[in-house]
Amino acid sequence: MTDSRFQTRFWRIALPLLVGVAVLLVWQGAVTAFDVPSFVLPAPTLIAESLVANFGSLMGSLVVTLRVTIAAFLLASIGGVALAILFVQNRAVETALFPYAIILQVTPVVAIAPLILIWVGFDQVELALLILAWIVAFFPVLSNSVLGLRSVDHNLADLFRLYGASRLQTLIELQLPAALPYILAGMKISGGLALIGAVVAEFVAGSGASTGLAWRIVEAGNRLDIPKMFAALFLLSLLGIAIFFLLSLVEYLLLRRWHESVIRREG
Amino acid sequence: MSEATSSPLISLDRVGKTYASGIMALGGVSAEIAQGSFVSLVGPSGCGKSTLLRILAGLISADSGAVAWPATGARPAELGFVFQEATLMPWASVFDNVWLPLKLKGRSREQAHERVMSALSRVSLADFADAFPRELSGGMRMRVSIARALVTEPPLLLMDEPFAALDEFTRETLDDDLLALWHAQAWTVVFVTHSIYEAVYLSQRVLVMGARPGRIVADVKIDAPAERGRDFRESHLYIDQCAAISAKLREAS
Repeated sequence: MTDSRFQTRFWRIALPLLVGVAVLLVWQGAVTAFDVPSFVLPAPTLIAESLVANFGSLMGSLVVTLRVTIAAFLLASIGGVALAILFVQNRAVETALFPYAIILQVTPVVAIAPLILIWVGFDQVELALLILAWIVAFFPVLSNSVLGLRSVDHNLADLFRLYGASRLQTLIELQLPAALPYILAGMKISGGLALIGAVVAEFVAGSGASTGLAWRIVEAGNRLDIPKMFAALFLLSLLGIAIFFLLSLVEYLLLRRWHESVIRREG
Repeated sequence: MSEATSSPLISLDRVGKTYASGIMALGGVSAEIAQGSFVSLVGPSGCGKSTLLRILAGLISADSGAVAWPATGARPAELGFVFQEATLMPWASVFDNVWLPLKLKGRSREQAHERVMSALSRVSLADFADAFPRELSGGMRMRVSIARALVTEPPLLLMDEPFAALDEFTRETLDDDLLALWHAQAWTVVFVTHSIYEAVYLSQRVLVMGARPGRIVADVKIDAPAERGRDFRESHLYIDQCAAISAKLREAS
């Protein structure tokens, strides 16, 4: 049984990797066979070369993008959960503010980016990027947390009342743990969105004021350095995947003992 | 247990409750429940028996009539409530679930340890303190729920169809366990059920309720030997009393 479980786990990792390797081989083969020019589609080996050649500058940009993404994600998570708690404690606050949270969510970030940039000032582009990425990442945590905090079992809530629990006790011992799976699901969406927000904002900010990965892509595109574009793109995907897996791991570690979503059934 | 001659623990005087939807859940219920007695409320669904239990617990208030506590002067500060579902916190271990009522009163894990473990051993679950609810069977979860109700040593235990979702065997075992606990403890039990058989088996007194509006249609004293068990469950005495209550329920509907 442990043997078959190991096998399942092995294939879960090996199978997608094999697909990736196969795609790369076909790609490489096709580019060589049809003699595709590198400014249309560079061969994987060329992209790898470019990655090595520009390693220093690309890594520097990666750090900038990562910094904005992580800061936006953390602020979105903390802000989203905090506002959700406020909403659940007080209906009036929710009624008053929720429509604006929705407006913030449905307004395309590209449309407000120039405004934010002007307000914050071009000397503080990273702060502007942070604000924009935060706007994009914030809503899923908020709406999921509100849903989670409201999804408390009614009988358990009655039980807490029966034992004279204070509001704070009910929040900490009942509402937050009950909401945890929802909050984590929201954070998983937010992690990806924070990265997207950071990249989109950087595109809009443009003009060398920022030095993140998105800017490297714009810059390389202007110079028709397609292999470098792909190299930056590759790093961005890697970053997105890393964020997703890290958050999935956190989710698994926090919920593995009790929540249905992460419990693997035997048999 | 002799019928108490002192003042009753609970005195209900024409208690009525109408929900916002306009449904009259209770239409003037009057009854007295003696200290240390085991009383069941039996009736069809919608007869307001759960509503009455929640009024006793103070979770909702009656909108007419009065609930008085002649023996204690006020609703006991500690009371145990067991729901139809086990109603455990899935994220907390068995120990932590039972610890909850004490934790909410500011008792640390160490301070509560002895009482939590003694409550768990009274429902034969001391070995499962570190397990999580999802790792337990339905019957075991219900035992945890009972242990949680026991841990504050409440003088009054309110049970809302606690064993309704369990299979027959588990249910009979838990019925016997509950009776043993009731004998050992000096508490009053108000037990809501829709099973006539369970009510007769467990109680000293059965209050038969009718629906629309919820009211008490009969107050039946159960005649049973001191030790109830399989013999009692299979005796004519038991079956006749079940039949009598069944007849009263039919009359009411």
